[in-house]
Amino acid sequence: MNIEYLVQSTGYILQGCSVTIKLFFLTLLFSMPLGFLGAMAKTSRVKTLHIIMEFYTSIVRGTPLLLQIFFVYYGLPLIIPGLRFDRFNAAALTFILNYGAYFTEIFRGGIQSIEKGQYEASKVLGMSYQQTMLRIILPQTIKRVLPPVANESITLVKDTALVVVLGIGDILRNSKEIVARDFTISPFVIAALIYLLMNYVVVIFFKNLEKRYAVYE
Amino acid sequence: MNNQHMIEVDGLRKAFGDLEVLKGIDLVVDRGDIISVIGPSGSGKSTLLRSLIHLEKAEHGTILIEGAPILEERGNKLTHISETEIRKRCKKLGMVFQGFNLYPHKTALENIIEAPTVVAKVPKAEAIKNGEELLQKVGLSDKRDTYPCFLSGGQKQRVAIARALAMNPDILLFDEPTSALDPELIGEVLQVIKELAAEHMTMIIVTHEMTFAKEVSDRVIFMDEGKILEEAHPDKLFNDPDHPRIKTFLDKML
Ligand SMILES: Nc1ncnc2c1ncn2[C@@H]1O[C@H](COP(=O)(O)OP(=O)(O)OP(=O)(O)O)[C@@H](O)[C@H]1O
Ligand SMILES: [Mg+2]
Repeated sequence: MNIEYLVQSTGYILQGCSVTIKLFFLTLLFSMPLGFLGAMAKTSRVKTLHIIMEFYTSIVRGTPLLLQIFFVYYGLPLIIPGLRFDRFNAAALTFILNYGAYFTEIFRGGIQSIEKGQYEASKVLGMSYQQTMLRIILPQTIKRVLPPVANESITLVKDTALVVVLGIGDILRNSKEIVARDFTISPFVIAALIYLLMNYVVVIFFKNLEKRYAVYE
Repeated sequence: MNNQHMIEVDGLRKAFGDLEVLKGIDLVVDRGDIISVIGPSGSGKSTLLRSLIHLEKAEHGTILIEGAPILEERGNKLTHISETEIRKRCKKLGMVFQGFNLYPHKTALENIIEAPTVVAKVPKAEAIKNGEELLQKVGLSDKRDTYPCFLSGGQKQRVAIARALAMNPDILLFDEPTSALDPELIGEVLQVIKELAAEHMTMIIVTHEMTFAKEVSDRVIFMDEGKILEEAHPDKLFNDPDHPRIKTFLDKML
C-alpha cells in the first residue's frame, strides 16, 4: 500500500460524492417544503387533511426506507405500467417522500409547541391566521425544530448509502468496487472518513444557525 | 348616537361542555369608565373578558361594541356575524394578559410596532416613532432593542401595555395584569395603569389588588359563580356591600 494508491482510490471514491451530494441536497430542497405543507395541513382545521396526512406519515414512517426504494423502483412500474423512473430519480423521489414525512412530524410538533398565548395576543391585535402563522408562529417554530432537523440531515447523509441497492455509483458503491477488486479494506476507511467529513460540515452549519437564533430566549 | 355605550352586554351565557361559566351577564361600559372586576377564582372573570374580545365564543346573549354586535341573539337564535366583521369590531378593544404573551423573537420595539405595521398598515417610520413614544410613556425607552427574555416581569407587562396601546384601542381589558409578578414589581405596572386612568382611558380590569381597585375605579363588579353579584361604587362595595359573601371574600383578601 502506498500514497499513490490511496490518492487514486480516494479520487475514484470521491467521484461517487457527486451522486451522494446531489441526492442529499435534492432531498432537503423538496422534503422540507413538503414537510412544511404537511405540518400546515396537520395543524389546520380541515379534518380531511388530517386523515390524508396521517395516512401518509404513518405508512412512510412505519416501513423501511429500503423497502420504499424497492417499491418505487421495481413495484410502481408493475402497478402502473409505463410509470418507470430511472434509478437516480426513483431514489430521489423515495427520499423526498420519506424525509417529507419525518419533517411533517417535526414541524407539526414544533408548531404545536408554541404557546396558545401567542395566538391569542395576535388575535386581539387584529392579525389574521396567515399573518399569525407567518410572522409569529413559524419564526419561533424554526428555532425549536433546528436540533431535530440537524439530526435528520445527519441521518440523511448516511441514508444516501442505501442507493447502492439500485447499483447507483455513490461513495459506498465506488469503494465497494475497489474492495472487491483489490482485496483491501482501506477504501471503506476512506468512505467512512468522507461521510464523517460531510456530517462535520452539516453539524457546523446547524451550529451556526442555532447560534444566530440564540439571540432570544 | 352620542349616548351610545362603549360596551353593552345583555344576558351573556357561556358554558364549557357541561360547566356553565357565565350565567347571564348584563353590563354597560361608557366612555371613560374604569371598572374593576373582582371575585373568587373560577367565578368567570377571565371568561367574561375573553368573551368581550371574542377569544371565547359565548352561546347566548348580546355583546355590542360601540353599537356594533359581535354576538347577537334574536328569538333564541344567534345571528350569524362573519369572523372578519367580528375581528373588525373587536379592534376597538385591546387586551393585556396575565402572562404578557410578548413575542419572544421580537425586541420590545418590534413587539409594539408589529400590529400597527402589519394590521393597521402604518408606515414603518411612523410606527417606530409612535412605538418610541409609547416606550417612553411606560418608562422603558432604554429597553427599545431588548428581547423579552432579558426583561423583568414588570418590564414585560409594561411593554405589553404599550403594545396594546399602539393599536389605539378605545377600551383596554386587563386580565390580572399583576398576578404573575413578584410583589416588588407590581407597583410599576399599576403606576402605568393609573396614568392611563388619569387620561380617562376606558378600562375593565380584573384584579386581586383591592387597594388599587378601590383607588382607581369608578365602579367595581363582584362576580360569583358566573353572575354579577353586585356592581357598585368602590366606596359602597368595599365598605358596605349588600351581600355577606362579598364581605367574607374581602375580609379574606385584606
Ligand atoms: N377553555 C376552558 N375549558 C374548560 N373549562 C374552562 C375553560 N376556561 C375556563 N374554564 C373553567 O371556567 C371556570 C371559570 O374560569 P375563569 O378563568 O373565567 O375564572 P376566573 O374568575 O378568571 O378565575 P381566576 O381568578 O382563577 O382567574 C373555571 O371553572 C374554569 O375551570
Ligand atoms: Mg382568570
